[in-house]
Amino acid sequence: MKKLLLIVTSIVMVTGVAFSVQADPTQDLRTFQNYYKKKFPNVKFDDFGNGIYALNKRLRDEWEITMEFPPFGLTLEDGERLFNKPFKNGKTYASCFKNGGRNIAQNYPYFDVKRGMVKTIELEINECRKRNGEKKLKYKKGPIVAISAYIHSMAKGKRTNVKVPNNPAALAAYNKGKEFFYARRGQLNFSCAHCHGATSGMMVGGNVLSPALGQTSHFPAYRSKWGAVGTIHRRYTGCNKQVRAKPFKGQSKEYRNLQYFHTYMSNGIPLNAPGTRF
Amino acid sequence: MAKGILIRSKASGGVTLVRSSMKHKMESGQRKDKKTGKKIPAHFIQVAKFEHNGKVVFTANLGPAVSKNPYVSFKFKGGNKGDTIKVSWVDNKGKSASSEDKIR
Repeated sequence: MKKLLLIVTSIVMVTGVAFSVQADPTQDLRTFQNYYKKKFPNVKFDDFGNGIYALNKRLRDEWEITMEFPPFGLTLEDGERLFNKPFKNGKTYASCFKNGGRNIAQNYPYFDVKRGMVKTIELEINECRKRNGEKKLKYKKGPIVAISAYIHSMAKGKRTNVKVPNNPAALAAYNKGKEFFYARRGQLNFSCAHCHGATSGMMVGGNVLSPALGQTSHFPAYRSKWGAVGTIHRRYTGCNKQVRAKPFKGQSKEYRNLQYFHTYMSNGIPLNAPGTRF
Repeated sequence: MAKGILIRSKASGGVTLVRSSMKHKMESGQRKDKKTGKKIPAHFIQVAKFEHNGKVVFTANLGPAVSKNPYVSFKFKGGNKGDTIKVSWVDNKGKSASSEDKIR
C-alpha cells in the first residue's frame, strides 16, 4: 500500500511538473513566427507560404514560369471529378464535410475533442468512404491525394486558422507534435528544427532549406522528385528518411500530431495548395 | 473542357504559345507486372493533333518512349485572343479524346 501511494504521488508530481513546464501555444506561436520574421526581414509575412521561392530570386523566376502551366493540373481535375462522383448510395464527399467542402481546409488539422484525436482531411476522406460503405483508400499516394488537393484548392487564399482548444488531450497532442519537431532523430541526429529553423535559407547539397513557417500551406504539393502530387505525410516520410530515421505510416498518430503543431505554427499564412516544388 | 486534357494558350506579338498536357498512362510495353511477372501490354498515344480554328497547325507522332501524361508545347504564327484551339489524340488501341479551349 505504501508502495502504491508512492507511485501515485510520483505520477502526480511528474504530471504536475509536465503541466507547469508546458508553454502556452499562443506564446509559442508568437516566438516561432517572430523568429522567422527577424531572420528574414525582407520577406513579407504572406510570402512565407511560397517557401524557398520567397528567398531566392533565381529559383523564384523558374518557379513562376512553371506555375503558368502547373504540373498538378491533371491531378486537380481528377480530384474535382472524384470529389463530385457519387458513391453507390448516391451521396458524395460533400455530404461529409462542412459547407460541402468549400472554404474549410484552412481549419485543418483540427482536434476532435469527442474522439480525442487530431483529424486531417485525408483521414476524414477515408472515414467518409467507410461511412458510405466504400473501401478505404491508400494514404500518401493515389486518388486520396487528388481529392485532398481539390478540397484544399477550394480554400485557396484563406488564412491558416488552426485552433488548439483548452483541453488537456488537445494540449497533449500539440505537445507531442512539438516534441516531434524539436527532437533529434535518425542516424544523422537531426530534428526538424535543425534544418528548417536555424539553417533555413542556407544550402544543403544543391538545395535551399525552406523555413518551417509556411511549409504547410501548399500541401498536397506536386514535387518534381516524385513526379506526382503527394500529401504532407509523404513529405514527412522523405524528411525522416533523409536523416536516416525510420518513417512512420501515413496518417499515423505521430505524423498527425506533428502536422497539428506544424500547421498551427503557420497560422495566418494564406493557403496556396496545391503548390509545386522541385 | 473535356476531362483529361489541359490546354492553355496565349497570343502575343503575332505568335501563339500553346501548352497542353494529356492524361494517358503511356505504357511502353516493356514493363512487367510485379505480381504476375507478365509484361504489361503497350498502350500509348500515337497521334496528337492541334487545330487552330479548325485548321491543323501541329501534329505530333508520339510513341512508347514518351513519358506518362505527355506535355506538349509549341508556338505558331498567327492566332488571336478568343480563337479556338482544339487538341485531340488517338492511341494504339484506337481510343481517342479531344478538348477545346480559347486563346487568352
